[in-house]
Amino acid sequence: MIKIQDLHHTYPNGVEALRGVSLEIADGEFVAIMGQNGAGKTTLVKHINGLLKPTKGTVLVDGVETTKVSVATLARKVGFVFQNPDHQLFSETVEEEISFALKNFGYDKKAIKERVDWALNLLDLTEYRKVSPFMLSGGERKRVALASVLAWDPKIVILDEPTIGQDNRQKERLRQFIMQLNKQGKTVIIVTHDIEFVTECKPRIVLMANGKILAQGRAEEILTNQELVNRASVVLPEIARIFHNLAEKGFPRQVIDVYEASRILLQKLGEPS
Amino acid sequence: MAIIKAEGLTYTYPIGTKPAFEDVSLNIEKGEFVILTGPSGCGKTTLCRCFNGLIPHFYGGKLEGEITVSGLQVSEHPIHELAQHVGMVFQNPENQLFALSVEKDVAFGLENLGVPREEIRERVDWALKMAGIYGLKDRAPYELSGGQQQRVALASVLAMQPEIIVLDEPTSFLDPLGALRIFKVINDLNKKLGITIILVEHRLDLTSKYANRVMVMTKGKIVLNGHPREVFNSEEARLIGVGIPKATRLYQILKAGGVDLGRVPLSSEEAYEAVVETLAR
Repeated sequence: MIKIQDLHHTYPNGVEALRGVSLEIADGEFVAIMGQNGAGKTTLVKHINGLLKPTKGTVLVDGVETTKVSVATLARKVGFVFQNPDHQLFSETVEEEISFALKNFGYDKKAIKERVDWALNLLDLTEYRKVSPFMLSGGERKRVALASVLAWDPKIVILDEPTIGQDNRQKERLRQFIMQLNKQGKTVIIVTHDIEFVTECKPRIVLMANGKILAQGRAEEILTNQELVNRASVVLPEIARIFHNLAEKGFPRQVIDVYEASRILLQKLGEPS
Repeated sequence: MAIIKAEGLTYTYPIGTKPAFEDVSLNIEKGEFVILTGPSGCGKTTLCRCFNGLIPHFYGGKLEGEITVSGLQVSEHPIHELAQHVGMVFQNPENQLFALSVEKDVAFGLENLGVPREEIRERVDWALKMAGIYGLKDRAPYELSGGQQQRVALASVLAMQPEIIVLDEPTSFLDPLGALRIFKVINDLNKKLGITIILVEHRLDLTSKYANRVMVMTKGKIVLNGHPREVFNSEEARLIGVGIPKATRLYQILKAGGVDLGRVPLSSEEAYEAVVETLAR
């Protein structure tokens, strides 16, 4: 359980990135944080794994204040995958990269090997085991960063912009993968601008603007409210835009998914004349 | 006249064992808006590096076949000369920015060309306004967010007013409204100023309606090349795993269910109109 109360964060240069954020995320939830560039999304999630400490307010992870434990202790529970994998990767080979944290956490050799094999396989990276992460494409490096975090099996997984640089197939794999993690009971938090990706996985949406939470709720509810999403520099997903216009013709408005859209339209249009 | 023309182009990186792309032939006319897409690692970014001579001049390796850009044979002309015709906006803006202020970054290329001071000021201001970052001109690029940096990279290229602009996922770090605005700017450059656009993208929902052509690459080859409506509605595009626009997907699912919207929509606006027409039938 993550409990954030009246969180404020001001950077040393005086930028007030968070201005009173309160948010609860239950165990096993899947949440997407969306909103404009500079809204404070990344600043917010960096408080959950203790990389940043509150200027004011509190952040509790499983009842423990993040200021009372070290980042390393918190990291076992909260895995964080950065937006830019280059800020995270440093080892000579993909294998070493994935083993690094496991070694630090004191796993024995056999357990490390098993977990590395598992993570490589999971993210389709086995063929790159001995390759330098820096020889890989941006999308592949991103998967290495993800593998290295998942290897130690944290209870909470935070992904900052996971779909950047991923093609359509990889995105679909990522989606299935996130759903699977979530089904296993992990709490998954993504920070994303990828509105179409969100319509496919339908997490709870937390919409941010100017260091505050503007709204939160079901994806169908938040992402079909044009006035609201625009205030957070987000646009309606394509399907929602169609139904936004169709609403005056008696169609439901809260539709974001292409399959649901098809069902509704087939019902209306498909009657034999 | 073709502004980019390639004939049997094959390229292998110095450390590569097999070609990054093979036997690519293409003809892009002046004023076209081309989307280049395909799975990661298919060779699209590598192909774009030939358009301004980064390949072969910077990356080395082995380039076979012919490529001319704005009438210049790429292998015979240095990068700085090609750069006056082709502007590039890369995926990761951090790799592109270096100056101490946004304004200086955007002015850099013009200063190097010896453009008069007053004209530099005008063009830089125009580019900053087009990219929506005029208010950031005195800031240091490295202290900006990823999305803002992406706009600086775009402004730097705009200021040069090249005939061709190549953009490699130029909005990946931008919030959706910011991305929408940038795509509109890119479309304006194409439709109003006649600048040839080559856009490398996976996210095709917001861009397909602007393009007159889509090229799909896979495994180092161009396998589909045509109007977005034909390409996105083809069985091959689905099999390759191209991110078909949601509006086009909707059309396809409805058609499979026995409802024909009449024409293939590329955007939510077109899909809405097609649905309304079908309702009235």
